[in-house]
Amino acid sequence: MDKLDKDIINRLQDGFPISDRPYADVAVELGTDETTLLQRLDIMLQEKTLTRFGPMYHAEKLGGAFSLVAMKIPQHDFDRVVDIVNSFAEVAHNYQRDHEFNMWFVLATETPEQVDGINNKITQQTGYPLYNMPKLQEFYIKLKFFV
Amino acid sequence: MDVKVKALSKTKQLTGLLDAQDQALVAAIQSGLPLCSRPYAEIGARIAMDEDEVIQRLQRMLQGKVIKRMGVVVKHHELGYRANAMVVWDIPDERVSKLGSSMGQFDFVTLCYQRPRRLPIWPYNLFCMIHGQDKGEVHHNIETLIERCKLDNVSHDVLFSKRRFKQRGARYHRLKPDGDTG
Repeated sequence: MDKLDKDIINRLQDGFPISDRPYADVAVELGTDETTLLQRLDIMLQEKTLTRFGPMYHAEKLGGAFSLVAMKIPQHDFDRVVDIVNSFAEVAHNYQRDHEFNMWFVLATETPEQVDGINNKITQQTGYPLYNMPKLQEFYIKLKFFV
Repeated sequence: MDVKVKALSKTKQLTGLLDAQDQALVAAIQSGLPLCSRPYAEIGARIAMDEDEVIQRLQRMLQGKVIKRMGVVVKHHELGYRANAMVVWDIPDERVSKLGSSMGQFDFVTLCYQRPRRLPIWPYNLFCMIHGQDKGEVHHNIETLIERCKLDNVSHDVLFSKRRFKQRGARYHRLKPDGDTG
């Protein structure tokens, strides 16, 4: 990754222009040209240095419902429970964490009511209680990974 | 009006901001912006909308915060940020908004949410994700937060991730949250 790649990443984590020639506008800011910028973005996306390029939505405003759910699973039973939890299409991410509460997953459903329905099914199928922790307030983040 | 009813009517009001054409636009752009000279014209061509209208609608969604930001999502692991922890705090309710906003200002805090406590088993109400090059840097960043936000008397816990499970067959048709913890 050279200096131009780094400049592109640092500049483009927020504020990509919504204009008729947005790449040309950014290229001028970065001291390069549109063709080079498009090539670099294409390569970084193909190499998966970048996972996505475009708008990031405030998902609840599109009508979905989300919740973070925590569970405490004994080590010997962890793999069985992971398979059950991950079998639900509504489970968007699932992380094992280094803590007494060792399983943390995010549910994404179309309505808030469906969150409870899925949670009940997971409890029934796994035999463990779960702790539903929906977002009450989201704080503004200035997202920047400087490279 | 109780809290639940209020929350639902608020959701309804917000989704009401998006008409059928906005929704078509969101769907057309879901996999990302095209890499070509006039990407908004290209998006519009897929749904029979002209470039000016695409631009106006996207700008309105950005102002209404339906779009949180426009740009690239980096794979932080590839960029050397190999450690991440969910750090949770037990903040007095009357201070949580102010402290949450303050924490969001630090570069190493990538998500910050207020969530309900689950007493007596879970006393924490403020959740943030903290990234670092390694665990040592994450701990150093937590110390910085404690010092700068005056959190000495606030109990907290640190949950490092051990494994992330790949989701198989994600058939959910709506957009997924772009953060780690929804």
